[in-house]
Amino acid sequence: MAVAQQAKQDLTESRITALDLPQGGVWGNAARADALARLRAMGLPTRRDEYWKFTDPTSLTQVAAPRAALFEAKDEGPIFDGVDRLRVVFVDGVFDPEQSDDLSLSGVEIERLSDAMARDIHWAREFYGKLETAGQVPVVRPLAALNTAFAQDGIVIRATGKAEKPVSIIYLHRSENSDAILHHVVRVEEGAELTVLENGPAAARFNKCMEISVADRGTFHHLRAQGRDHERRAATHMFARLGEESVYKSFTLTVNGVLTRNEHVIELTGDDAIAHVAGAAMGDARTHPYHHDDTVFITHDAERCESRQVFKKVLRNGAEGVFQGKILVKPGAQKTDGYQISQALLLDEEASFQAKPELEIYADDVKCSHGSTTGAIDETALFYLRARGVPRETATDLLVLAFIDEAISEIEDERLANDIRVRLQMWLERRRRG
Amino acid sequence: MAALDTDMQDTQVKDGVDRETVETVQAMGGKYKYGWETEIEMDYAPKGVSEDIVRLISEKNGEPEWMTDWRLQAFKRWKQMDEPEWAMLNYPAIDYQDQYYYARPKSMAEKPKSLDEVDPKLLATYDKLGIPLKEQMILAGIEGAEDAPAEGRKVAVDAVFDSVSVGTTFQAELKKAGVIFCSISDAIREHPELVKKYLGSVVPITDNFFATLNSAVFSDGSFVYIPPGVRCPMELSTYFRINAENTGQFERTLIIADKGSYVSYLEGCTAPKRDTHQLHAAVVELVLLEDAEIKYSTVQNWYPGDEEGRGGIYNFVTKRADCRGDRSKVMWTQVETGSAITWKYPSCILRGDDSQGEFYSIAIANNAQQADTGTKMVHLGKRTKSRIVSKGISAGRAQNTYRGLVSMHPKAKESRNYTQCDSLLIGDKCGAHTVPYIEVKNNSSRVEHEATTSKVDDEQMFYCRQRGMDEEEAVALIVNGFAREVLQALPMEFAMEAQQLVAISLEGSVG
Repeated sequence: MAVAQQAKQDLTESRITALDLPQGGVWGNAARADALARLRAMGLPTRRDEYWKFTDPTSLTQVAAPRAALFEAKDEGPIFDGVDRLRVVFVDGVFDPEQSDDLSLSGVEIERLSDAMARDIHWAREFYGKLETAGQVPVVRPLAALNTAFAQDGIVIRATGKAEKPVSIIYLHRSENSDAILHHVVRVEEGAELTVLENGPAAARFNKCMEISVADRGTFHHLRAQGRDHERRAATHMFARLGEESVYKSFTLTVNGVLTRNEHVIELTGDDAIAHVAGAAMGDARTHPYHHDDTVFITHDAERCESRQVFKKVLRNGAEGVFQGKILVKPGAQKTDGYQISQALLLDEEASFQAKPELEIYADDVKCSHGSTTGAIDETALFYLRARGVPRETATDLLVLAFIDEAISEIEDERLANDIRVRLQMWLERRRRG
Repeated sequence: MAALDTDMQDTQVKDGVDRETVETVQAMGGKYKYGWETEIEMDYAPKGVSEDIVRLISEKNGEPEWMTDWRLQAFKRWKQMDEPEWAMLNYPAIDYQDQYYYARPKSMAEKPKSLDEVDPKLLATYDKLGIPLKEQMILAGIEGAEDAPAEGRKVAVDAVFDSVSVGTTFQAELKKAGVIFCSISDAIREHPELVKKYLGSVVPITDNFFATLNSAVFSDGSFVYIPPGVRCPMELSTYFRINAENTGQFERTLIIADKGSYVSYLEGCTAPKRDTHQLHAAVVELVLLEDAEIKYSTVQNWYPGDEEGRGGIYNFVTKRADCRGDRSKVMWTQVETGSAITWKYPSCILRGDDSQGEFYSIAIANNAQQADTGTKMVHLGKRTKSRIVSKGISAGRAQNTYRGLVSMHPKAKESRNYTQCDSLLIGDKCGAHTVPYIEVKNNSSRVEHEATTSKVDDEQMFYCRQRGMDEEEAVALIVNGFAREVLQALPMEFAMEAQQLVAISLEGSVG
């Protein structure tokens, strides 16, 4: 054990040494120093850690980012292009004012993280690193602590009313060895409404953290598309705290990527709050490895709250899928309604899926359930379509789309949901052709 | 240890004095039916575990050298191991040197000739446990007892009292069928070829902390061999009782079902009430060759400790079935109502093609009990099937965890698993948890997992109450309904007992 402990410490120290601790502002410096101490205490993850049992974190923790070829989609326009939105662009993890829109938007305040930290009195001070800290128990998330300490850039968004249009964060990848660490803070004030869109590969290696505080009766929508770039590696964390009657809805589409680990840590602290988290992953490891890991931890700490997790994965050619989901119902969180489903469709013999859907319940008047299924495509359904003259490949794609649609239907905005559907269809068609 | 009057006899003496007080006291203490202790003169080995103790146990059992070496190897390994901490269990550190690893009734040192010579306390123990006289005679080791006429349905019993098997019934009749059913210490002496071949082949001495400790210090247990094509003529049963204080019970069970054979095996456990915790670390190994079938049913009713969590058994058990042969089938059924701590995961290694594993479990945790139990289904062979039905019931301040693994290996083509884990919560101070691991490495297999958590339904409660049932009766009925699928998997006699146990275990959980 001592040997493993020493190895962990060495790993952590060598990573820390290779990074510069950004400076700027009194509270920012203090938060970064705290996070650094947290990181040192927990150490970076290794395969021996229970929560990294199914995903090898080596490429996320090693000093240098593994090289990732640049990818330019020439056959289609960027996603969300048809949506009226405010664009915030990061290139290899650095804010690019040239390509971004003017950051003024009715009902919303947006600032660069470094600008917020430069001011001693700032609303973001109450949240930066704070929700991440709260999300470190009972399971540690060292990559998030690393992020809080070393974040190079990021934005802080505060919605005070109904946002006029979605804030769209676009991550461009321009250098094959870029290693981006971004940290965003979102505050949705009482009764306010905000939608955040995210897309793009960001960097060769991307460590992103978003802390979201939704006040009473606030609404936060999150829609994310992780695209077709094969070689990127990403570890993302969403830390959310929800007030009374607030709503949090998040959907993530992941297509390709050598390694993706998306963690959600959500705490329902106000009565009658709602949290929905959904994800659709489509992985093909024909040319590059594909490993996709959804790790979700939802804590019910108030009465009559509702949480819903819907995760679908379609895997082929050796693609690997992982789902770790947990619903924790604290004592007194009566009338909780918790639901969780994780399903994997394995399209060939090489694909694999590993799941750990957990429930931990300390209140009796609750309704909690989870389900998990894994299997091949339904031969009867396939036969039905083929009997009607649909070629096998097309029929398979139709069934794949139908399977994934349950997760896409979780998106409230029909227009955005259709955007995702159309895109998936395009990708499947192109795959079929070539 | 001198024979002292037990508390029970004490209360009888004072019966006339203050009946009400006595009744109240009895009612308070009467929740755990098997909580008495028998004062029997015992032989103890000194406290603690060391190489010498391991040698002593081996020597006391008259074991050959290869067995002693096997134990010592396990002990060497154990010293380098750490106690596992991953279970959702919270208990003070166990001092492994503060336990007796060997205790046996003195009266067993020489075989008695008739019932009169048997320590009456030992007979009284069996009486209280409801074992019929004829079986008592056999258990007490009286010569010729097997020829006495048997009453009712036959169940062959092997009773393990503290560390030692005190007797096995119906051995002659089983012998006619070719079945070997004896204590493992007898088997080591009389059937070394079988023991050598199979002992540790399912749960190796390197397996886990508790199993390794067991390998080093197990003092006795049961051994069963069913020859090819034989359907065991009666149900086999082992009865375990921890009696002496500060004793750890480490029994080892090995069942071998040869080609095309069948056996149904029952296991029951009790222990006296004590303020201190007692350790129980058993290992059960099942080996199934082609077309063999084993049904293994357990009603675990070790002393659970009192309402405050004082006393009770720490139950750390490793049970595993190896379906080596094609088309073999194993079925684990367990009713876990006792123990302060339960750490138990009866598993199936589905190695043979078309082999099947089933796991049916009811785990009830009341008061301060903690249970972390479940199963592992490891699918290695083609077209293997497994089914898991787990019902967890938590009441009082208890914590109940289902922990399981379903693993489909790349070669386990066209395999199938279905898992259902339901939890029922009674009261707002208890906890119910589910921790399933699902690993699927091929696409022709199907794995389904479902879990729900709920409380006792108000409408069902109202319906029962309206018909004149009191609250506890109603809860017992509803819980029995909730656990029906598992109860149905038990042999009939056990099912009746288990139903009553469900009711008793939940006493005091409502209102």
